[in-house]
Amino acid sequence: MKEMKDLNLPDDVKYTKDHEWAKLSGDIVTIGINDYAQDQLGEIVFVELPEVGDEFDQGDEFGSVESVKAVSEIYLPIAGEIVEINAALEDAPELVNDSCYDTGWLIKLTPSDISQMDTLMDKTAYLDMLKG
Amino acid sequence: MNEQPGTSGLIFNEPLLWDKSRKGRCAMSLPKPDVERTLLDEHLTGDAPDLPQLSELDVVRHYTRLSQWNFGVDSGMYPLGSCTMKYNPKTNEVQAARQGFAAAHPFAGDMFSQGALKLMANLEHYLAKITGFDAVTLQPAAGAHGEFTGMLMIHAFHAKNGRQRSKIIIPDTAHGTNPASASLCGYESVNIKSGKNGILEPEAVAAIMDEDTAGIMVTNPNTLGLFESNIREIADIVHSKGGLVYGDGANMNAIMGIVKPGEVGIDILHLNLHKTFSTPHGGGGPGSGPVAVVKALEPFLPIPRIIKKLDTYEWVTDCPDTIGRIHTFYGHFGVMVRAYSYILSMGAKGLADASKLAVLNANYIKESLKGTLNLPYDRPCMHECVFNDLFQKETHITTMDMAKRLLDFGFHPPTVYFPMVVDGAFMVEPTETESKEDIDQFIDAVKAIAKEAKENPEKLKTAPLRPKVTRLDEVTAARKPCLRG
Repeated sequence: MKEMKDLNLPDDVKYTKDHEWAKLSGDIVTIGINDYAQDQLGEIVFVELPEVGDEFDQGDEFGSVESVKAVSEIYLPIAGEIVEINAALEDAPELVNDSCYDTGWLIKLTPSDISQMDTLMDKTAYLDMLKG
Repeated sequence: MNEQPGTSGLIFNEPLLWDKSRKGRCAMSLPKPDVERTLLDEHLTGDAPDLPQLSELDVVRHYTRLSQWNFGVDSGMYPLGSCTMKYNPKTNEVQAARQGFAAAHPFAGDMFSQGALKLMANLEHYLAKITGFDAVTLQPAAGAHGEFTGMLMIHAFHAKNGRQRSKIIIPDTAHGTNPASASLCGYESVNIKSGKNGILEPEAVAAIMDEDTAGIMVTNPNTLGLFESNIREIADIVHSKGGLVYGDGANMNAIMGIVKPGEVGIDILHLNLHKTFSTPHGGGGPGSGPVAVVKALEPFLPIPRIIKKLDTYEWVTDCPDTIGRIHTFYGHFGVMVRAYSYILSMGAKGLADASKLAVLNANYIKESLKGTLNLPYDRPCMHECVFNDLFQKETHITTMDMAKRLLDFGFHPPTVYFPMVVDGAFMVEPTETESKEDIDQFIDAVKAIAKEAKENPEKLKTAPLRPKVTRLDEVTAARKPCLRG
């Protein structure tokens, strides 16, 4: 398990209290689980994702991540419609461990209210929350 | 350190029976036919079943070798917490194998089954006495089935009272099957956190108990091995809002003959004969999860029920409020014979002594190991104690590594990563049947492993080293499962 100082928490994404991240580029938001979540879960063996076209509210459960240790629900950082899912995870769930912000992303969505991005935490606020 | 039971030794390989098969090899010699051979009509015949052809010795060695790969309570200590893997006395097997019981057939009819009916009626009576309830059904096939039966009865009770409810309160120290049983009955489970000292606080129950809540499911002692000492107050709160209290009796081995759940406010309780009453557990055979209830719930019990009329026993099904039948015939009869045998062998005092020793053994382990492993709730425990791997975090050794290493020392690992309220839980339930010498060996083994965790952590990462199969690659097995042979 990583020490707090070893966590990889990029500055250009936003964080939720449930350890997801969200990143806005253009009018699409990409969502995944962060380094702390993948490290705590351990080796991930299965990722369950919604279907393209599904719509969710902010905070809705939109899938689950299963490791050898546990199954963990994942919650949507902001409301929107799913436009793409990371199909590579079906055969290679380990991408979430290897590269959680890049090739291990989970879904992309078009947000229904872009201002919800402001309700998420930046790196400093998220780290403060982790330290409790 | 005492000499440990685990050692290396010759372990036999053993192929599948089909790989050992040789055409024409046979375990018996049939006498020469004394009538002329006649071929069957062609459309009555087909391909022969693909059965292996083997000698008697081939078969005996096959199963003997497989049994040697196994670890059972007959070979070593099996301290699997929350499971009560106690020793199953051999007299139970002798009684269950008696011709009258073993050859009993449910279609023989009441008249030819009086002995079996009497045994079941007596067993219901004993279980009611032991738990302090008014009536018992033996039908449910196992603990979770008993929970489901109990939930159906709670559902039927509220329906009869004219107003169904929608929720059930379930503490975080409950068994995982509790919310599943409640959901299957259409109830929403409402989770409630236990207090700082690991038990339920009445205020927390009072805060969420309302008239849409059908009741609460309490495991007592809970899965932290702690006695829910506020149970009576909690039951009063639930009852005052018209709810019922379900007791998960899986941990009855700590309080048998000491506390009667029916007298502390619980309305329904299931027992696990395969835990508390020493019948085979896990792969050892079918289970049995009798359910005991207070008088007010008796009309809802599953049918059929056994009644005694003068000197004969018979089945009755004329119970208008019953939840119906929940198992074929009347459950797992062979298991009931074993539990009955256990109760009669032990007697009232013996049963209470078993619980006392189970609690003493767990507390002895808790006190002996509390400096070696972290003990999140340091207070007297019941029949099991829960440690975790906090002290080993420094060298990145986990509960799983230590559990695997215990196999090398000749002990079955304890329950790991449960209950979930303790991170990295290592839950030990020695049961009453282990001697002090065996428990001391176990304590020494855990201490030796904790020492290795500091001095040679790499070795622990590859454990176990001595069993036939060493560390499995669970990640690849889960990511790329091979679902056919």
